[in-house]
This record gives sequence, structure tokens and C-alpha cells, in this order.
Amino acid sequence: MNDRGAGGARGGVGGESVHLRIERLGKRFGDTWAVRDVALDIGEREVFALLGSSGCGKSTLLRMIAGLETPSSGRMLLDGEDLAAVPAHRRPTNMMFQSYALFPHMTVAGNVAFGLRQIRPRMRREAIAARVAEMLELVQMRAYAQRWPQELSGGQQQRVALARSLAREPRLLLLDEPLAALDKRIRQQTQFELVGLIRRVGVTCILVTHDQEEAMTMADRIGILSEGGLVQVGTPGEIYEHPNCRFSASFIGETNLFHGRIEGDRLVGSEFPQPIAFVAGAGAAPPQGGEAWLSLRPECVRVHQRAAGDACVPERPGENAAPAEVAEIAYLGNRSIYHLRLPGGRSMIASVPAAHWGEAAPPARGEPVRVSWPAPDGVLLLR
Amino acid sequence: MKVRPASAQGHGRFWVGLLPWAWMLLFFVLPFALIVSVSLSTPELAVPPYVSPFAGTAVDGASAFRPDPASYARLGGEVAALGTPGADRPYLAAYANSLLLAALTTLCCLVLGYPFAYQLARAPEAMRNTLLMLVMLPFWTSFLLRVYAWMGLLDSSETGLINQVLLGLGLVTEPLPLLYNTGAVLVGMIYSYLPFMVLPLYANLVKLDLHLLEAARDLGARPTTVFLCITLPLSWRGIVAGSLLVFIPAVGEFVIPDLLGGGSVMTIGRSIWDDFGPNQDWPMAAAVAVVMVVMLIAPIVLLHRHGGRAGSDE
Repeated sequence: MNDRGAGGARGGVGGESVHLRIERLGKRFGDTWAVRDVALDIGEREVFALLGSSGCGKSTLLRMIAGLETPSSGRMLLDGEDLAAVPAHRRPTNMMFQSYALFPHMTVAGNVAFGLRQIRPRMRREAIAARVAEMLELVQMRAYAQRWPQELSGGQQQRVALARSLAREPRLLLLDEPLAALDKRIRQQTQFELVGLIRRVGVTCILVTHDQEEAMTMADRIGILSEGGLVQVGTPGEIYEHPNCRFSASFIGETNLFHGRIEGDRLVGSEFPQPIAFVAGAGAAPPQGGEAWLSLRPECVRVHQRAAGDACVPERPGENAAPAEVAEIAYLGNRSIYHLRLPGGRSMIASVPAAHWGEAAPPARGEPVRVSWPAPDGVLLLR
Repeated sequence: MKVRPASAQGHGRFWVGLLPWAWMLLFFVLPFALIVSVSLSTPELAVPPYVSPFAGTAVDGASAFRPDPASYARLGGEVAALGTPGADRPYLAAYANSLLLAALTTLCCLVLGYPFAYQLARAPEAMRNTLLMLVMLPFWTSFLLRVYAWMGLLDSSETGLINQVLLGLGLVTEPLPLLYNTGAVLVGMIYSYLPFMVLPLYANLVKLDLHLLEAARDLGARPTTVFLCITLPLSWRGIVAGSLLVFIPAVGEFVIPDLLGGGSVMTIGRSIWDDFGPNQDWPMAAAVAVVMVVMLIAPIVLLHRHGGRAGSDE
């Protein structure tokens, strides 16, 4: 609808107090910056997802928060306390590793107790046992207390790893690709279980993932990372509806991107047969003649049957329309994904709900259609 | 391409699988049986210098096996005389010396070798093979040559390299008696056996999942705790393998104590040499050897039982 770029690249915390503040954080390995100039505020009890493809620096960022990597620049403040001087083993953070990193020579109970045994002054033996039992109860693994980690399934190992990282009551729980090691089948259910548990415990949580669905399901807010830098921070809805750049737009959900030049309130020179009408955001007016992209979500594209040779002109002002041909259809039950071919050869995807066709037969592969969308549905992106 | 029938493959596997057993039979079981039979024979001034316990067969044909337990009785006698002060127990003393020397060698190799192997395993992957080569480099020169080199280094006169340096620096006024004592033997043994400790430890440590160490650190463990609670127990198998590889040959080591100890250190290897050689008492030498093998099997069984417990990591 517009490009007001909700949230921007610094994540402001709405309402709740700032729990973790990250300022201009950077990490250099040799000549390359794995993380550059990251600024982020995370609120108390928030579940925050760092989302990005592999090698974008998200894990490095998480490891810096845990104290497993030393930042090359910038600083991190947890409740106002600078973490730089705090070594990993004294940080009030606990991490769940992607591989779970359960100690193979300790039982499930031994794994959960390990962190408790490090607490000084020492906890009493009975207190440790009670806490271990409580944690295993929380993740429903109490019956497995005396088992060895390698006897457990992936999902069970994940729960033990979670119990182990929660046992010390961390002020910040860090999850590195928490579900990546699981089968796709159990991953979805586990997403809800995991986030439900985190909310019940009430711990602030930062999770790292490359899976946008996982991020959108679990997190209150998402930070999108690309090439070590934070691209956009916002709630899943904000990012989906108001992406501030091409990267966000295509990373969260699917989108059609048209590349062109701005002329007035039209995007010209794109692969769409006509100049594309758009509605500029509330911010500064887009630079005339400048390069820009238009992002159009598949569910915003309207598909109609048309007779061959029918000219497709906008029916009302502010509408974009063009003829197209159905290239492929993916039938998904409640909706279908149409892969459409525009006159220039450029393809476009549209998500059409089954109810859209009513009594009429939906267009088949190879049939001519008309695509259209009202100008406000497209999002103009300048980078 | 011709597909081999499954049975042919099975045959191949059978013969290849047979090889180690055949090897063991030929080069361990049969020679050991021979040594056992020699140990149960009677010494005699002849060639060979003993009467086999099976020799009776040819004479009367009635009793086939007439063992002479005299050699074992002598060892047993030394054990029985343990309570008697001042009694002469040359064999027991040799056993004790050898075991103590081997144990000290193993301990020192472990203490020295562990950081060695740890650094190797943590070195950048590209460098590891080069470093491993350096560990094995001494093997490229003759073992004897290296022991003689140590004799040159440790020589107790002014010509000894270390003594030259110490005298030259004015740290000592008279050359130190470095050679021909237990210390010299120990140095030589540690030097020679260190690679046998480093290699199995390295092979084990290089497989260690570094995330486990990070997880321990993340859970509040200080570096020493991480080492004692994670690294050390998970490298137990490497420690066992390295220790056995050093301890077992070290018990029977003959050359190093002989050359660097100059006969001042009586070892089991030395006493076997004396009995087979100058004393011409083959049954006694064989009995001493048999008892040594039995003694060595005991710690292996013990360590393996232990290893099985901590080895549930794989």
C-alpha cells in the first residue's frame, strides 16, 4: 500500500521496557564483516526472530550475545549492563544449539543438572534434583531422566536441550535454528509447543532461523538480516504488508517484483506491458526518474477469464490490468497458485481462492486471462 | 561391467576376514605356546639347552606330557619370601622396576602428550597434516640412532652435550652424572614413546564436537571445569588407547634401559636376556616372559571394562 517502512532498520520496542540493547555491533573475520553495524532493542519477554539465509551473520550475532564470539565493534547492554566485560560462563544468557549439543556421557538428568552444578554458591543436591525434575516435567521428559541422549529421538533431544537451557533461569534465552534438525512433519507442531512454553516461562527469547514460516509463527517481531546488516525490523504483519526493500519483500512470503523507473505516479520501463500505477507512501515523494521496484503479493493479483484477443484496459482509474496466459496451476484445495505469462514473456504468480470462481469453471492451463490489481495494493520499493 | 555374484563376494570377505586370525595364530598363538612349553621344560647343558616336557613320549611312549614347574616355583618362591627381610628377589625386583618404569613413562607421556594432541587437534585444518608429520618425523631415523644420540646428549663426562653447555654457562663446576641412571632411562623412554601417546589422543580429540565445549561454557562452566567435565571424559578412549600403546611395549623395553641405564637398571627385558643368553636357562627366561604376558593382559581387560562404561558416547 505504501512504503513508510515500518520499524525501519532499528528495532524500537513498543510499550515494554528495553531489555537488551545492541548498539552498532559488528564482527569482522579477517577482511569480511560477518555482522555490520547492527542496532536493535529487544523488550522484556519478547520473542524475537533473527531471519536470514545461511551466511547472513545471524548465528554470529547470536553467538556474540552469548559471549561465544567477541564483537569487533559496538556494544551490548543487558538491562543497562555492558556485556563486553562478562565472559560467556558468567552471562545470564543460555543458548540452545542447533545440534542441541547434549553431553553424550551424561544422562538426560545429568545434562539438565550440569548448568545448575556450576552455580556459586553451590546449590544443595536436593535443590538441584528438584529443579531438574521441574524442568523435565515442563518439557514432558521426566520419564526419560535416566536415559542417555543418544537413545532419544530428535524431538526428545530438542526438549531436553530446551530444559537444559532454561534450568538456570536465563534472563535471555538464545535459540540457534531450534527446529532445523527436526523432520518437517513434526516441525510445525513443535513450533507452537516451543513458543507456548517460552511464553509460559516468560523468558525473553532471541531465535535464529532461515525459515520465514518459523519466524512468522513464533516471533513477536522479526529482524531480517542480509550480508551482516539488519535490513528491516518489525512484526510479521508489518514486514509482510510494508516491506522496506526488495530483500524483505521477497524473503517474507512470495511476491511479484517489477523493476522500473518512476515517472509521475507511474512505474515505467518494467516488464509489465503498461506503466504501473502506484500510490506513494506518506514519507518523502519518490524521486522522479529514479530506479524503483514494485512488490505485489500473489493474493493481491485478480485473475479473470477473458476471450482471446480481448484488449485489457483498466476499467477504472488507479487500476493496473494486462492480458496474460495461464502457464501452470498448482491446486492447493482452498486456493490455487496460478503461474501466469505476460505478453513480454515475463511470468507472474497469483494466489486465487477457490471461492473466487463461484459456479464458473476456473481457467485451465493455456487459457487466456486478464490480470488486474488496484494501485494501492502494490508496494513501491526504492532499494 | 560384470556383476559379481553375492557368493563370490562372500568368499572374498571370508578370506580377507581369515587373514588377521591366521596372522594371530601364526605369530602369536603358536610362538606363545612354544614359549609356554619351554617354560615348563627342564634346563640342560645341550643344544637347545632344555629338555622339552614332551620329550618323554619318544622314550617310553606312555606319558606324553611331563612338565617341570621348577622355573615357576622359583618365581613363586620369591613371592613367598616377600615377608622375609633381606631375601634376594632378583626377578620380582626386575618386574617391579619394569612396571614402575613403564607406569612412569606412560604417565609422563600422557601429561606431555595430551596438550600436544590437543593443540594438534585445534590447529587449523590445513596445518594439521604438516604438524602430524612433524610428530612422526623421528620415526624416519633409526630408533637405535636416536637412543645413541641421547647417550651423546646425556654423557656424564665433559664431552656430553648438555654438560658442555652447563659447564660453558658456568652453571656447574663439574659435569653432572646424567647418563647410566634411572632418570636417563626415563627420559629416553618418554622421548621414544611420546608419539604413540599423541597419535591415538589426536585421533580422538579431533573428533570432539566443539559445540559441546561451547554448551558447557554457556551453561556456566569455567574453562577448567569444561576440560575436566567434558573434554577429559570424552577423550577417555583416546587416553586408554594411548596408555596401552605406551605401557605394554614399555614394560618389555630392553634396549633403552640397557643403553641409557648401562645395566644399573634391572628390568624384566634385561633378566630375560640374561637367562636366554649368558645364564643359558631358557625355561626360566620363558617362564618370566609368560608371567609378563599374563600380567599385561590384566590391565588391558581392566581398562577395557572401564572404557566400555565411559564409551557409551558413540
